[in-house]
Amino acid sequence: MRRRKTLLLVPIGFAAIALLAASAAMGRTTASDTLVFGTASDPVVLDGPLVSDGESLRPIDQIFEGLVGLKSGTTQVVPALATSWKASKSGLAWTFTLRNGVKFQDGTTFNAAAVCFNFNRWYNFPGPLQSDAVSYYWNTVFGGFAHPVGTNPGPDKSLYRSCKVKGSSTATITLSRPSSSFIGALALTNFGIASPAALKKYQADAGTVDSNGVFHPTGTFGTQHPIGTGPYMLKSWSVGDKLVLTANTKYWGTKPKLKQIILKPIADNAARLQALQTGEIQGYDLVDPADIGTIKGSSSLKILNRPAFNVGYVGINQKIKPFDNVLVRQALAYGLDRSSVVNGFYAGRGQVANQFLPNQVVGFATKGVPSYTYNPDKAKQLLQQAGVSLPLAVDFYYPTSVSRPYMPDPKKNAEAFGAGLDKAGFKVTFHAAPWRPDYLGQVQSGKAELYLLGWTGDFGDPANFLNVHFGAQNDQFGFNNPSLFALLQKADSETNLEKRQALYQQASIEVMKFLPMVPYVHSSPALAFQKNVLGYKPSPVSLEPFSSVYYGK
Amino acid sequence: MLRFVVRRLLLLVPILLGLSILVFGWIRLLPGSPAQALLGERATPATIAEIRHQYKLDRPIYEQYWGYLQTIGKFDFGVSISSRRTVAYEFEHRFPATVELAVAAMIFAIGLGIPLGFLAAKRYGGVFDNLSLVGSLLGISIPIFFLGLILKWVFAVKLGWLPSIGRESVLSESKHPTNFYVLDAIIAGDPGALWDVLKHLLLPAIALGSIPLAVVARITRAAVLDVLNEDYVRTARAKGMTPVVVDSRHVLRNALLPVSTIIGLQTGLLLSGAVLTETIFAWPGIGTWLKDAIFNRDYPVLQGGILFVAIVFVLVNLLVDISYAIINPRIRVS
Repeated sequence: MRRRKTLLLVPIGFAAIALLAASAAMGRTTASDTLVFGTASDPVVLDGPLVSDGESLRPIDQIFEGLVGLKSGTTQVVPALATSWKASKSGLAWTFTLRNGVKFQDGTTFNAAAVCFNFNRWYNFPGPLQSDAVSYYWNTVFGGFAHPVGTNPGPDKSLYRSCKVKGSSTATITLSRPSSSFIGALALTNFGIASPAALKKYQADAGTVDSNGVFHPTGTFGTQHPIGTGPYMLKSWSVGDKLVLTANTKYWGTKPKLKQIILKPIADNAARLQALQTGEIQGYDLVDPADIGTIKGSSSLKILNRPAFNVGYVGINQKIKPFDNVLVRQALAYGLDRSSVVNGFYAGRGQVANQFLPNQVVGFATKGVPSYTYNPDKAKQLLQQAGVSLPLAVDFYYPTSVSRPYMPDPKKNAEAFGAGLDKAGFKVTFHAAPWRPDYLGQVQSGKAELYLLGWTGDFGDPANFLNVHFGAQNDQFGFNNPSLFALLQKADSETNLEKRQALYQQASIEVMKFLPMVPYVHSSPALAFQKNVLGYKPSPVSLEPFSSVYYGK
Repeated sequence: MLRFVVRRLLLLVPILLGLSILVFGWIRLLPGSPAQALLGERATPATIAEIRHQYKLDRPIYEQYWGYLQTIGKFDFGVSISSRRTVAYEFEHRFPATVELAVAAMIFAIGLGIPLGFLAAKRYGGVFDNLSLVGSLLGISIPIFFLGLILKWVFAVKLGWLPSIGRESVLSESKHPTNFYVLDAIIAGDPGALWDVLKHLLLPAIALGSIPLAVVARITRAAVLDVLNEDYVRTARAKGMTPVVVDSRHVLRNALLPVSTIIGLQTGLLLSGAVLTETIFAWPGIGTWLKDAIFNRDYPVLQGGILFVAIVFVLVNLLVDISYAIINPRIRVS
């Protein structure tokens, strides 16, 4: 009897396996009009001016459009909702001619009044929305609010003055000072134009502030009814599970090829890769460099390269002696074996950086840039010239628990740099800390002497690289260089593009002579897709519409 | 019994008060602030100071704690700094995922562990017993993340039999009124949806249940071995009771007391969130939520989330204590 019962388990087991295998085929099918894309996390809210993280901006980029856009795969500004624009002689007033016949997804008309409504909304954000934690990009590009609360900057500090409507197709934005980075910044997803009717109806700015001071939006604009003019609309959002976009059949431009895009948050790199291998997703971003070989080796998967728009650098805190001496900084530059690090740890996706700007950005200097090829003897010579006794003991900081596009494996970079510096007259002591908030806190508060850090550009303008880092004093670099500050300010204010380019090239060279840091890499982040996914165009600033994506045979 | 339950529930108050002080103090001792978490490289010292001021982190700690207690008293657990959703909303949406996974893992662990442990004890010293000991050791020793990756690689990537991520097929349009996907599929009367959800549960439940399975099997084996040697078992056999009756009514029932304690503790642990399993299988539970909150210095989530988990843990253990009375009438009478 017992034996019969035991034997019964065998066919039951086989039946279970057969059922699993059969149902596998049913579950594997992906609708041919749907793309499932793996993201690193869930969006915060679908309202561009109120977010700064990439995973919120990804769906926002499909739903909203700005006055200007970027040429596919580049940082070149092109018309979007505005067909043309021109600056006044003073450079203060920018007049935009708007595209006719465009409707918001709720059927209301896009016009100059809508443009001004949006700009004035951002300028008039109430107190809780004025924080950098919420409206980072308005603060960075324009700064200043009409009714500042607490220590937030007011109208006197703001780049934005006003927006005026002239008919339905012309809007003039007036600035408080000339700024050429303004146009490039308008391509940011954060400045997409939303439907005024929807903003009002769904109370986009409504919210409460809890006892900890944290803002909680109570309106449903950013969670259920984000209405723009873009090629996709929000269909549904199950928090933590998936966000579903559906094609806007009334889109003014080239209609999307796929009916539906599903964004699926998968935090773990390995899990994203496996989901791609099983076909549960058809593409994902932020590919771990360690997985690139596996993906390239697969007959059904492929890698797409995002153009390099970042810089990895070894930062120097000049408040910590003897790094206030330029000879010592030059010695450091000669002591960093940058080629070995880039060739060894970037899986062929890095270029050795000879300056802070990537070559995509206006202001990249093609000649006259000081070169610091690895030369330990030269480094020792410079240290002796500086009157420093060898070896010079230095504290080198690097982060853990992080992989950034410009720094996939910080520990390897740090150890390789340390080995090179030890031959160049330095004696390196390493300090490691988890990326955030510990490591960033140490670096940004000026505790770190030498440190690994980097930057990925927000928009295609040199001010976003050079002015942000070297345009004013900060604890991270610990220097005061009024002539460099003035040069960068002058470059940012210059509205003539040729003169602007020349000024930024000059600034690039000055930065490499002054050496507040030593840049070492510009790297190309990777995206992974199934081979039959076509039409995806990687952008240096990750502005990548899904509307051009389709399935090939 | 009612007095016992009420007394245990009242004990929750000092437990939660003490825990709130510990958690509140601990997370504020951690270096860094939410500013770096929110803005990364883009955070400037001015931004950091402004955000600290906005979130009242520059106030004296007793003032911050008093404000926190006042809001807890109104059952307001605050708003997540990262997601800007209320802590209660996030917990309400994530906890069912954790419960579902924990229950599935424990069903796997108990369903296999008790029979395995029982059979190992009955065949003490034999091949089956030795194999089960080795299996238990392996189950406890193999890291969950490694087991999870192997299971996914074999059954999802290579064989394609099971999905590798999530709670249901991405293309599913099922509604989830309760957020318990299995229950929602049953309520909807949708066998296809139910099968889809169960398939998604299988691999994470096996990965997560591997350690409880090993523990339950070992404890069951030890408990059954103890009971098998008792006089009343020998007496029951001598009185002519069938082996099935002896095993079920006398052996297993008495052996289950220590086993139920372990089951309660293991369940409580699983309900506090299985970070590794949730990460590998992209399972949107509270484990990854709390882990991210630590890295993001998301104080409201940590303060509220840990309190919720503590309440769950205490309630689960209360249920375990009540189960003693059901299993053992002597405890019920006393």
